[in-house]
Amino acid sequence: MPKDGIGASTKRREDIRFLTGRGRYTDDINLPHQAHVHFLRADVAHARINGIDTAMAAGMPGVIRIFTAADFAGVGGLPCGWQVTDREGQPMQEPKHPVLAEGKIRHVGEIVAAVVAETLEQARDAAEAIALDLEDLPAVIDMKAACEAGAVKVHDDLSSNLCYSWGFVEDNREAVDQAIAEAAHVTTLELVNNRLVANPMEPRVALGDYAFHDDSSTLYTTSQNPHVIRLLMGAFVLGIPEHKLRVVAPDVGGGFGTKIFHYAEEAFVTFAAKELKQPVKWTSTRSEAFISDAHGRDHVTKVELALDADNNFTALRCLTYANMGAYLSTFAPSVPTWLHGTLLAGNYRTPLIYTNVRAVFTNTVPVDAYRGAGRPEATFQLERVVDKAARELGVDPAELRRQNFIRKDQFPYATPVAVEYDTGDYEATLDTCLGLADYAGFAARAEASRARGKLRGIGLSHYIEACGIAPSNLVGQLGARAGLYESATVRVNATGGIVVMTGSHSHGQGHETSFPQVVADMIGIDASQVEIVHGDTANTPMGMGTYGSRSIAVGGSAMVRATEKIIAKAKKIAGHMLEASDEDIELKEGRFTVAGTDKSLAWGDVTLAAYVPHNYPLDQIEPGLEETAFYDPANFTYPSGCYICEVEVDPGTGKVEVCSFTAADDFGNIINPMIVEGQVQGGIGQGIGQALLEHCRYDADGQLLSASYMDYAMPRASDVPNIAVDHSCQTPCTHNPLGVKGCGEAGAIGSPPAVVNAVIDALERAGKPVAHIDMPLSPARVWAAMNS
Amino acid sequence: MKITMTVNGRPCSGEVEGRTLLVQFLRDIQGLTGTHVGCDTSQCGACTVHVDGRQVKSCTMFAAEAEGAEVTTIEGMANADGSLSVIQQAFQDHHGLQCGFCTPGMVMAAAALLKDNPRPSEAEVRAHLEGNLCRCTGYHNIVKAILAASGQAVAVAAE
Ligand code: FES
Ligand code: FES
Repeated sequence: MPKDGIGASTKRREDIRFLTGRGRYTDDINLPHQAHVHFLRADVAHARINGIDTAMAAGMPGVIRIFTAADFAGVGGLPCGWQVTDREGQPMQEPKHPVLAEGKIRHVGEIVAAVVAETLEQARDAAEAIALDLEDLPAVIDMKAACEAGAVKVHDDLSSNLCYSWGFVEDNREAVDQAIAEAAHVTTLELVNNRLVANPMEPRVALGDYAFHDDSSTLYTTSQNPHVIRLLMGAFVLGIPEHKLRVVAPDVGGGFGTKIFHYAEEAFVTFAAKELKQPVKWTSTRSEAFISDAHGRDHVTKVELALDADNNFTALRCLTYANMGAYLSTFAPSVPTWLHGTLLAGNYRTPLIYTNVRAVFTNTVPVDAYRGAGRPEATFQLERVVDKAARELGVDPAELRRQNFIRKDQFPYATPVAVEYDTGDYEATLDTCLGLADYAGFAARAEASRARGKLRGIGLSHYIEACGIAPSNLVGQLGARAGLYESATVRVNATGGIVVMTGSHSHGQGHETSFPQVVADMIGIDASQVEIVHGDTANTPMGMGTYGSRSIAVGGSAMVRATEKIIAKAKKIAGHMLEASDEDIELKEGRFTVAGTDKSLAWGDVTLAAYVPHNYPLDQIEPGLEETAFYDPANFTYPSGCYICEVEVDPGTGKVEVCSFTAADDFGNIINPMIVEGQVQGGIGQGIGQALLEHCRYDADGQLLSASYMDYAMPRASDVPNIAVDHSCQTPCTHNPLGVKGCGEAGAIGSPPAVVNAVIDALERAGKPVAHIDMPLSPARVWAAMNS
Repeated sequence: MKITMTVNGRPCSGEVEGRTLLVQFLRDIQGLTGTHVGCDTSQCGACTVHVDGRQVKSCTMFAAEAEGAEVTTIEGMANADGSLSVIQQAFQDHHGLQCGFCTPGMVMAAAALLKDNPRPSEAEVRAHLEGNLCRCTGYHNIVKAILAASGQAVAVAAE
């Protein structure tokens, strides 16, 4: 392997620009004659708009134009990319999602009017002079109340607030009911998966531009998937053909899902730039981000696990209410269904599973995918209910899991929830993690904590996720309105250097470093010879972008396929030059050799010949060395792992401190271990945030109570411990060329139940057993649970 | 009004309003976009710079208040020959950044810490970062990078 090939912890090349202040994020881009937009956002959750008087504001200094819904009459609504079919076989209820509020305000933060002015300050000042005539309506915030007969409707034109009631697997329902009725033991748990705000540190930004000379539009935006935005916005909202629309997502400061979606602000600046024939820029403040970025999670679930007399899991039944918010964000319907129900087998052999998911409209910000998207919710309910069952039955939680694991020799394993796991070795990650965390030595540490007046607990979780989304024909059947392949173009230059244009997008994942490792490894050249281009629809092939831990598994596979084509063609050229059959040409360490001889050519000799084809098989192949591949995965990938958390609870205050956190993941093969470890640690940081700190809360009127960093508790350096990460257990994926599974979301999926289980354990050991505490486990909640 | 200050060793001046923040002066007027804005409540620290040698959140200070001051931003942190400083290099070596958005603020905060406390404990590093949010790294590698930059032994990143 070359020193920076597959498996090397190559330092990241992109770090140099970030560390010296020379990154180029969207807000760093400014265009000549750029105007600024300030959005007047709703400060009530539900109201009828009887009038918008912009006359006074329009006359204020610097104001160029004020837009309301009336200006968007010829424009489509923001599209939803996934249609779920309900239990009756009917399509979900799908309301229109206007760019600017039409007739009604449906959540705090919805855009009512947009002021474009020469400076941002002028736009803000003018927005204050807009007079709104609103008729307040009662807000629907609680999901169960929203489902009651006679509830106020978020959308007058829908039959109710129920988007869909989805049953999965519907054919299993009666068998599950029967198994639960006949079980030796049933553990029941009602829990909330708390609503979160993704909070990438870079707020969203959108800058629209219009070029008169060729009637084309450009959108610079903070996106994880510029091609998806181009397609959705161009085809469904603004009616701009793709060849007249360029979307650029330059350096993006974190995404975590919330920058997947197509947002109103993007459509607005693109539309307004064309209308006004001048660039229009919007930079979100953090306060706006809280009320306009799609939120995450927000499930209310009842889960029942049935066991036989020998503690084998016999059935699982779940009922989940999933908040959609006021409108359907781009992929919202898929999150509580196909990204959630299909993972309810977890690592276990549970033979019968049924879940009913009721997706509900409320007067809140739309909810969509956040790091893990559905899989954290599945893992949380499963790993909490398994833990509770172990406590009720008086068995070690690790051993109850082990007993019910899908065994290593059972793969490929078809679960009762429609997916087939290709590989895995759950006992290996369990044992590795138990060893690293010194599970056996816990008692001594608990004793030491007790001596300091603290209650110590240990908690475990064992997750599975489905990554590398997804086989297009399968997701098409499930309601996706998109394909989920990925693309790469590999362009070899005459002097041998390589540019890879990928549809994947990096917003912290380090593709500029890890992707070249793969190509360099395949050819046997130095990784510094390979450059990655991404994030611009003008110079990359149509790609679906980065989310769902799919980049290396799907995007990396496309890159491998394109590189294979390059190598095959280069061998033909080399064979011609060396007067040998291309089948006899070997490529090793950047040299083409005729097998069994000392006749060889350097990589650069062959690449030069491709572009200076003097001695070249022109009758058989074209000049040039550039290949494109689209890779559509055969299956999902199934990373899994074991997380162990130790906490200390202060009995006086209820404050939880995470003392240690240990992760043993199986990601299959690994390209850059340093980057993988960083992804896991970051995900666990977010999971600890969800478990202990973060809570997006509305009051009954639909006012967001946690709308800034003063109120929404982000994890800080002192809230997160050192995180020990192991990835030595590797069962390579069997269906992609790199044998990779993906690692971006694991930390956020596996960690919340480990933390909560540890706190429950601490209280039980202290003689204050509680069945459950809902996240976040704030001091007040823990103290109340201990003292109830 | 016109204000003048020294930024990264160079005299800089520009027209500002009374309400113009130092971070706006740096980003919008001086074009020094390495200093970032991550919030509007002075919580995130992405805007951290040094003013007369002190760590300051540049979103909490009016540009006019920095009249005559010596300001250092992330663009002024590399060695004179353009190579990464010890702290910057430690962030790269220990993978102390992912998306890079918090990174300028983290480097500026780390530099201020190590100036006052050349060999901080891990707890002191974590406490010092109280005003700097990172959503990507879980802080583990940031803390490691700062300890390494202080010359203390830490385990190296995965091999
Ligand atoms: S931008 Fe200054 S603290 Fe957030
Ligand atoms: S590296 Fe992304 S916020 Fe810190």
